Amino acid sequence: MRPYAAILSARIRTLLQYRAAALAGLVTQLFWGAVRVMVFTAFYRSSTATPPMSLPDTISYLWLIQALLLLLPFRVDPELQAMMRDGSIAYELARPTDLYWLWYARAIAQRFAPALLRAVPLLLIAWAFLGLQLPASPGAALAFAISLGGALLLSSALSTLMVISMLWTISGDGFSRAFSIVIMFLSGSFVPLPLFPEWSQPLLQALPFRGVMDTPFRLYVGHLPPEEVLLGLAHQLLWTGLFVLVGRALLARGVTRLVVQGG
Amino acid sequence: MGDSLRLYWRYVLVSIRGQMQYRASFLMLSAAMFFGSSLEFLAIWVMFDRFGALQGWSLAEAALLYGLVNVAFALAEGAARGFDEFSPLVRTGQFDRLLLRPRSTALQVAGREVQMVRIGRLLQGLVILVWAATALGVAWTPGRILFCLATVAGGACLFAGLFVLQATFCFWSTESLEVFNTVTYGGVETAQYPFSLYRAEFRRFFTYVIPLATVTYYPALAILDKPDPLGSSRLLQHLAPLLGVAFLLVALQVWRFGERRYRSTGS
Repeated sequence: MRPYAAILSARIRTLLQYRAAALAGLVTQLFWGAVRVMVFTAFYRSSTATPPMSLPDTISYLWLIQALLLLLPFRVDPELQAMMRDGSIAYELARPTDLYWLWYARAIAQRFAPALLRAVPLLLIAWAFLGLQLPASPGAALAFAISLGGALLLSSALSTLMVISMLWTISGDGFSRAFSIVIMFLSGSFVPLPLFPEWSQPLLQALPFRGVMDTPFRLYVGHLPPEEVLLGLAHQLLWTGLFVLVGRALLARGVTRLVVQGG
Repeated sequence: MGDSLRLYWRYVLVSIRGQMQYRASFLMLSAAMFFGSSLEFLAIWVMFDRFGALQGWSLAEAALLYGLVNVAFALAEGAARGFDEFSPLVRTGQFDRLLLRPRSTALQVAGREVQMVRIGRLLQGLVILVWAATALGVAWTPGRILFCLATVAGGACLFAGLFVLQATFCFWSTESLEVFNTVTYGGVETAQYPFSLYRAEFRRFFTYVIPLATVTYYPALAILDKPDPLGSSRLLQHLAPLLGVAFLLVALQVWRFGERRYRSTGS
């Protein structure tokens, strides 16, 4: 366990250095969020039917998306991608650690640090000026925090799977890009999942992707009662376990047929 | 002028031929782009399915806005990509080489790379545009079709102008400013919905500072023959796309101004 914890904390400290980039991203996300809040407000005002989630809850949900977007397995670790291109991946294979957990620890850091850098200032600004509510109750806040932990583990398992898939498709940008957009759509990052058609709800509930955004956000706004966090966590961990198993199996096969070019 | 256009065309052909060497990669990336944009549109469908309408706009009408702005953006992104990727040229001093050649630098930068994978987004925008055109029940007279094309051209000019301005800032700052993404990519997102729903200061910014509404929302009103809650006249709506062309011409002047103040990094 020790080496993986060390890698995790070293990576987090490295990634926390990129503060200027985080600031530039913050402006973009605030703009984007403001547009989306205006669009959703207009939709709510155009309809007489009662939607399954209230407008203030939806606005909070939208700001949580903007704040935690980087938690999504959006792009493959660029350093690992470069290593696969130039062959220095051979060093990774030579380390006396388990390759899967090494990459998984990197993935957690890759998701956690940038998301933290962006989320804290964005949530503060959105709460002070732009209509983000506080969590529905202290219980909701606690449930949200626990559920975010589950989201981090699940998202990192998904992104590790994407890294491993590159052992087959070095130039597989197309695949990983399409896959990330599917995850964005099905996790509720485009439109909050409660607003999807009723007939699609059972499917959305069963699929793993709600675990990376929708579950924690609904707990935050109180759309799910705090005690639902346990069910949500079970769903997140079950899928995480499955993706870890698949990832390990694929990695084991990928490594045996790996050819490193050059010297 | 004709000579310059011929040269630009040569650049385009060379660039396409280069990218076609990686045919599988090209096909996969284009397909991924087509698919990704389709999911974005599906999200808009989800909203209309839930709420029925948006300030009196139906899904098909909103789809017209979506098609107009996305096709325009894909054209601009394909043709002016060189400006988007300009900062490394300044940082490494490679821009000096362009200055030595007996052609305008704007032309050379624009022609550096024509990104063919943008064809994924372009096709997807066209599919939505054609679907909207058939679903709307608007009489497609030759005049209206021509106006539609002019609107797309105006929009493409506007976005190209934004890419040029973004690159021009590199003459001073060396680094590309990420804030520009809010008006390019963010602009596309914004213009997918009727501008009447945005707050007044926001709307003014996208009409008078960056005339995005004039190449999407106002001409769309004219095409749809819809009344404007903001009270613009039909004549203005028909002239509005010209502002996109004017914006590009101004941006190119700013480029020339910036270029004269360029100092090589010397590396």
